[in-house]
Amino acid sequence: MIEARLHLPRDGFTLDVSLQLPAQGVSALFGPSGCGKTTVLRALAGMERAAGRVALDGELWQDDACGLFVPTHRRAIGYVIQEAALFPHLDVRGNLDYARRRAGTARFELDPLLELLGIGALMARRPDTLSGGERQRVAIARALAAGPRLLLMDEPLAALDAARKAEVLPYLERLHRELQLPIVYVSHAIDEVARLAHQLVLLEQGRVVATGTVGEVLARLDLPTARGEGAGVVLEAVLAERDVPWQLVRLQVDEAFSVWARDPGFELGRALRVRLLARDVSLTRAPQIGTSIGNQLRGTVEAIADDDHPSLALVRVRVGANPVVARLTRRSAYALGLQPGMPVWAQVKTVALME
Amino acid sequence: MTPEDWSAVRLTAQLATLTTLLLLLIGTPIAWWLARTRSRSRPLVASLVAMPIVLPPTVMGFYLLLLMGPQGPIGQLTEALGLGRLPFTFAGLVVASVLYSMPFVVQPLQQAFEAIPERMLEAAATLRAGPWDRFFSVVLPLARPGFLTASVLGFAHTVGEFGVVLMIGGNIPNVSRVLSVAIYGHVEALEFDAAHRLAAGMVVFAMVVLVALYVLGQRTGRAAERVR
Amino acid sequence: MNSLLLRAALCAACSLASFHAPAAEVQVAVAANFAVPLQKIAEGFTAATGHTLKVSAGATGKFYSQIIAGAPFEVLIAADDETPKKLITEGHAVAGSRFTYAIGRLVLWSAQRGFVDDQGAVLASGRFAHLAIANPKVAPYGAAGLQVIKARSLSDALKPKLVTGQSIAQAFQFVSTGNAELGFVALSQVAVPGKPAVGSYWLVPQELYGEIRQDAVLLKPGADNPAAMALLAYLKSPAAQEVTRAFGYGSYM
Repeated sequence: MIEARLHLPRDGFTLDVSLQLPAQGVSALFGPSGCGKTTVLRALAGMERAAGRVALDGELWQDDACGLFVPTHRRAIGYVIQEAALFPHLDVRGNLDYARRRAGTARFELDPLLELLGIGALMARRPDTLSGGERQRVAIARALAAGPRLLLMDEPLAALDAARKAEVLPYLERLHRELQLPIVYVSHAIDEVARLAHQLVLLEQGRVVATGTVGEVLARLDLPTARGEGAGVVLEAVLAERDVPWQLVRLQVDEAFSVWARDPGFELGRALRVRLLARDVSLTRAPQIGTSIGNQLRGTVEAIADDDHPSLALVRVRVGANPVVARLTRRSAYALGLQPGMPVWAQVKTVALME
Repeated sequence: MTPEDWSAVRLTAQLATLTTLLLLLIGTPIAWWLARTRSRSRPLVASLVAMPIVLPPTVMGFYLLLLMGPQGPIGQLTEALGLGRLPFTFAGLVVASVLYSMPFVVQPLQQAFEAIPERMLEAAATLRAGPWDRFFSVVLPLARPGFLTASVLGFAHTVGEFGVVLMIGGNIPNVSRVLSVAIYGHVEALEFDAAHRLAAGMVVFAMVVLVALYVLGQRTGRAAERVR
Repeated sequence: MNSLLLRAALCAACSLASFHAPAAEVQVAVAANFAVPLQKIAEGFTAATGHTLKVSAGATGKFYSQIIAGAPFEVLIAADDETPKKLITEGHAVAGSRFTYAIGRLVLWSAQRGFVDDQGAVLASGRFAHLAIANPKVAPYGAAGLQVIKARSLSDALKPKLVTGQSIAQAFQFVSTGNAELGFVALSQVAVPGKPAVGSYWLVPQELYGEIRQDAVLLKPGADNPAAMALLAYLKSPAAQEVTRAFGYGSYM
């Protein structure tokens, strides 16, 4: 359990948070620029001195009540920032050795790390000769080489273009899967959060606005996450069936909830994360025949809310045990006579596979 | 070159080397503090360090003479410590040179330290490097060009120093008659041949040292250029 | 009575003559040790003639180098007689304009009261670590100091204690700050009229050192400046000589 109670006045707002994050998986701190998420991360690292208390699995790193403040270099953390901050006077091997030499007994083995991040071929290179994506992977490897018990990442992909981001994301996904390491991940990009996070903390003006699993939080209609192009639910599914001739797979979210998607090539039984964007979901009173949309899900209207634009509305539908969010015009919602409790069919045009 | 000339050369080399080494030692913590502190005394300290650039050397020499004399605080301190008094001694020259050349060593070092991004040091801290460790493993290597500049400037400035040396040194052969003073003495006495000889020697000597330092710096400077 | 009247008439005529000349400026190079007396003399000179002085004080030797390099000084008031002689021989000064305006008096001085006795026995006493003199190669007072040391047979004993100032002013600073317990300086630096004497000094008897004749000379740039010539004339006047003597110089006039 990662506990943090922090209070820090800043320009424009006061940071005032009380967090309890699980000591496993990826916890994302999400919010607009300047909401304080980086400050929280830095306070966890000991680089900012906020008033309050910070503890990891019971080990106290800061406690104002007894005047305790463990400095950064004595906290077993790894820290990755968007600029990578590799030491320019050392090559990649030198950077990694820097971490390993100081890690003592806690260090991770080097070879698995090189493999995990695919940087084996870069060992003799100097940081300024690496691409942005390579630099970030080396920075992550270096942070891990020190054997941390907690990995902190501050918008590590923000400085990369779309191609480099796509290159690095898979490595980030492997990270938490193959290492038993809690990660706190700061981002303002909903796509990254949808792909990587398990726990999601929403921050605004220095305060926690919502906290919960990523599935729970993204299904809520009352939060900023439900607005904009990235609105939509994230679901954990299992690859249950393969339709070989049509190159499709059935992803089973729960007993009453399955969607068909393009075959990604994984084995049966493989756990996958699925994202259904609100703009890709439409609703009908009755199941449609003769439509090209292959995924029609039977569910019940759970909640209706206004979207940003006065002409739009958001509707959450419960399918089986899981939520789906659709975006419609208010006119359509009225025409369909949508009410909470009403049975309805959700048509999903696109299933985004998070892998 | 007469034995007196060689004595002047030797004294100058000793003075410049000793002054530069001492200044690197003393100047590094001062430059580091100036580069990193957010204390309100920073402008004051920075100005004090920069004073020798503004003060005419003879003015500085005169006040040092007063301070180091029997009525001055430094003079009384050295006497109380059983060290006698500093004027007219080589040690006095070293002290005066250290004070006089301080900004030429501290300022390049300070700029080199300031150029190191804070995130480099934070990254080192997250890799379990404590404050001293960070200084030796990250700051020093990245500040190497600054150290080179500081050494060159400190050395060159001390070799060329005249007014302060004259006031504090008393122009005593084998003790404080350094090259600059010896040359001036020859000119004053209209011994122009001797003056030309020494001046040429001084220029050659300084050039050799500076070129050597710059060549050395070329090789180490490349790495630190990539900091930005 | 007649000569008195004649002299008075001549003086009146001189002053009248200079009153008729328009007020001009004279560029003067003066030896450091005579700078203060010259200030006083300048006041009288300006009051009498309306001309003003632009004064540079420094080492006579340095002035020599500057003058032969073309410095625009019009009058040189030197600390020795050699330099004005040389300047005339080498064509930088006007022949016949050289005269001795003062005789330098050497003193052995200490900033401490009671340190120097009036026989100069302290020189042999060894009770001091440093003895300051002006650079003998360029300052006659420095050379005179060395002569005194030789006359007292103390050359070997005092050689390691000698501290050389580049000018008599610097030698004075070494002693006044206490860094040199003793120094050979000019009487005029120590016995300033109107101020009580600081420390203690020994007025060195003239027979122990060569006469320090301080000569003034008209330099080539000043040859056509009536104010320059008036200054030289004024230096010989009783008013100026009175000031000179008050400041501890001997005079021939």
